[in-house]
Amino acid sequence: MPNVSLTKTPMPEQEPRARAKNFGEVALGYSPKQAMAEAGRCLGCKTRPCVGGCPVNVDIPAFLAAAAAGDFAGAYGVIRQTNALPAVCGRVCPQESQCEQLCVRGKKGEAVGIGRVERFAADWALEAKCSEKSAPSQGQPSNPRPAEPPQKRAGEALRVAVIGAGPAGLSCAGELARRGYQVTIFEALHKPGGVLVYGIPEFRLPKRIVAAEIEGLRRQGVAFELNAVIGKTITVEELLGEFSAVFIGSGAGLPNFMNIPGENYNGVYSANEYLTRANLMRAFDPAYDTPTIQSKKVAVVGGGNVAMDAARCALRLGAREVSIVYRRTEAEMPARREEIHHAAEEGVRFVLLTAPVRVLGDENRHVCGLECVQMQLGEPGADGRRRVSELPGTNFVMELDTVIVAIGNKPNTLVEEGTAGLETNRHNCLLVRENSLQTMRDGVFAGGDIVTGAATVILAMGAGRQAAAEIDDYLQK
Amino acid sequence: MYNIIEKQVLNPQMTRLRVQAPLVAKKALAGQFVILRVNETGERVPFTIADYSREAGWIDIIYQTVGKTTMLMDTLQAGDAIADFAGPLGKPTELEGYQNAVVVGGGAGCAIAYPSAKALHAGGARVTMVAGFRSAELIMLENEMHAVSDELLIMTDDGSNGRPGFVTNALQALHESGARFDLCVAIGPIPMMRAVAELTRPWGLKTIVSLNPIMVDGTGMCGGCRVTVGGQVKFACVDGPDFDGHLVDFDELRGRNGAYRACEQEACRLFQSAKEERR
Repeated sequence: MPNVSLTKTPMPEQEPRARAKNFGEVALGYSPKQAMAEAGRCLGCKTRPCVGGCPVNVDIPAFLAAAAAGDFAGAYGVIRQTNALPAVCGRVCPQESQCEQLCVRGKKGEAVGIGRVERFAADWALEAKCSEKSAPSQGQPSNPRPAEPPQKRAGEALRVAVIGAGPAGLSCAGELARRGYQVTIFEALHKPGGVLVYGIPEFRLPKRIVAAEIEGLRRQGVAFELNAVIGKTITVEELLGEFSAVFIGSGAGLPNFMNIPGENYNGVYSANEYLTRANLMRAFDPAYDTPTIQSKKVAVVGGGNVAMDAARCALRLGAREVSIVYRRTEAEMPARREEIHHAAEEGVRFVLLTAPVRVLGDENRHVCGLECVQMQLGEPGADGRRRVSELPGTNFVMELDTVIVAIGNKPNTLVEEGTAGLETNRHNCLLVRENSLQTMRDGVFAGGDIVTGAATVILAMGAGRQAAAEIDDYLQK
Repeated sequence: MYNIIEKQVLNPQMTRLRVQAPLVAKKALAGQFVILRVNETGERVPFTIADYSREAGWIDIIYQTVGKTTMLMDTLQAGDAIADFAGPLGKPTELEGYQNAVVVGGGAGCAIAYPSAKALHAGGARVTMVAGFRSAELIMLENEMHAVSDELLIMTDDGSNGRPGFVTNALQALHESGARFDLCVAIGPIPMMRAVAELTRPWGLKTIVSLNPIMVDGTGMCGGCRVTVGGQVKFACVDGPDFDGHLVDFDELRGRNGAYRACEQEACRLFQSAKEERR
């Protein structure tokens, strides 16, 4: 008998005023009872629209059924069959526009909180793994239906190189390892995780969760080579000499700037730099040498998830006043509603229909203000988004000491250096073949932001998984 | 971890570390740099590659003890290890096709100018090297520079050894005596690079400078190292670190390099006092 409640079982959260001053996680997660209650809202419908809405096609009704029955190990096993990073996805996937958007329960009332239950099952399993020592394998969280056994190949397992330890690479590596390949991930930074460690803040995705998921991949036999900048330290060409296939998932890491006067004054950061300092380099932790960015008044330019993350980080790093400056209205913001809501709750101001014109600096070349102009919305353009235009004569100055530019990233072209046959488009995105993720170079596959331009964690993971299947096909031939 | 196989104190301020990093050594070229992190809680800091051996798999970096990270490096000895060491990053200096080059190094910059002189010399160019130091006790790499240049002029600001004066005085004198070059490489403190570029501008002498702005990742991700060159914003880590000295906005660069000065000084002070407490 399903739980008939029309609304999701509420998720406990830290109080907005308290959490805006710490880096602890905002959403605290379900108790087992809450998770069972929420999973019990699933009708187990035959059409299973949610599964089609998931970029990695998690068997959602099956894991919810297991969770509703209190079999969290079973639930985790189902998710893990197609998703390499469940604890991450349960936190940062935009479920409202994917699985949950298609949930039948959403037609009358709220959709099942699929992400929340996923998170619970994954956290439960991570905790169980931490305490697992000499316990027999039976009864431990494992796949309820055994995954197809790694295909035995003549002699040693074939080796595949994965470039980039972000969502695309981790997901590709996990799937390849499951299929019996020997996988090495090459990562430019000193820590694996990509945007999960440098971009998404601790309070939204604790780094111990990322570390635990990566540990899971290590246990699957995936090897990590850190400080390896592909294109510089080693070329793709060289990797092809040692590995049977290569997957490129190096993401979109090159920050866009506004190209307005004054943008190089001190105190103007790309969101990448600001977030990397705060997250990967842990500027908030006195044990680390990274200087704390001490701001009083901050403007974050942009309306996406990255802008929300930067604004909320700024509050936690001690800024008194943080504003999001966005040229359209809240309705057009690309950020998840939940992130906008959380930011507003914590006291982030929204300065909408406003575009920066010029950064003002003081005698020390430090930013002291942002000159903006008001904008108006027009008719939708070819892409369906409403055009904006300036309202002449409405310029005004916001006084502040820090500006964070969060207006998107494009792929970095470093990875292609020294390798022929990797073609890109004018946005630096790697070109792949029709209906495939193979690049123009045989044996080299690519997926995630490096192909699509900046998108989401789960889309990159979906691409990584798809590429793994293609690589398997390619190598079986 | 990356092992330190040799450590040599070059002068009261400068130290050379030889680090085992075979993959970096295999690709390294003059003008490129590495990013290192001394330990788990350390910062990522760029250092230009001062020398390398592909066969033996090592990279030399030469650093001046100026901040917390380099003070931390001072505490390391041969046999110790550095947590992270990534590279070679940046574009190599373009040194091919020149016949008669002048390479100007200022202080710590000599460590970075030296590999350029070495590469030019190996490529068959006549190399005149001008190396400037504040005083005689700070002179370093004299033998190395001597070995790769046809003429080596050592200048000291105070005249305590070599000729008195700045590198620009030597460069001016060379020009007045009729020397004509087809390339100038100038590497050192920002005011020195700016002064050299201003001197060579009217001569129409191509002048390459190597910039060392603040950066985090060194791969184009943070944009912290952005510099304005010829009115265009460039990332020193991927577009440089070498740029046309006649086009660089040195004022902006100097301003940006000072962004964390207060934090740096505080970190040094804390490090020093912690060290004294341990004694």
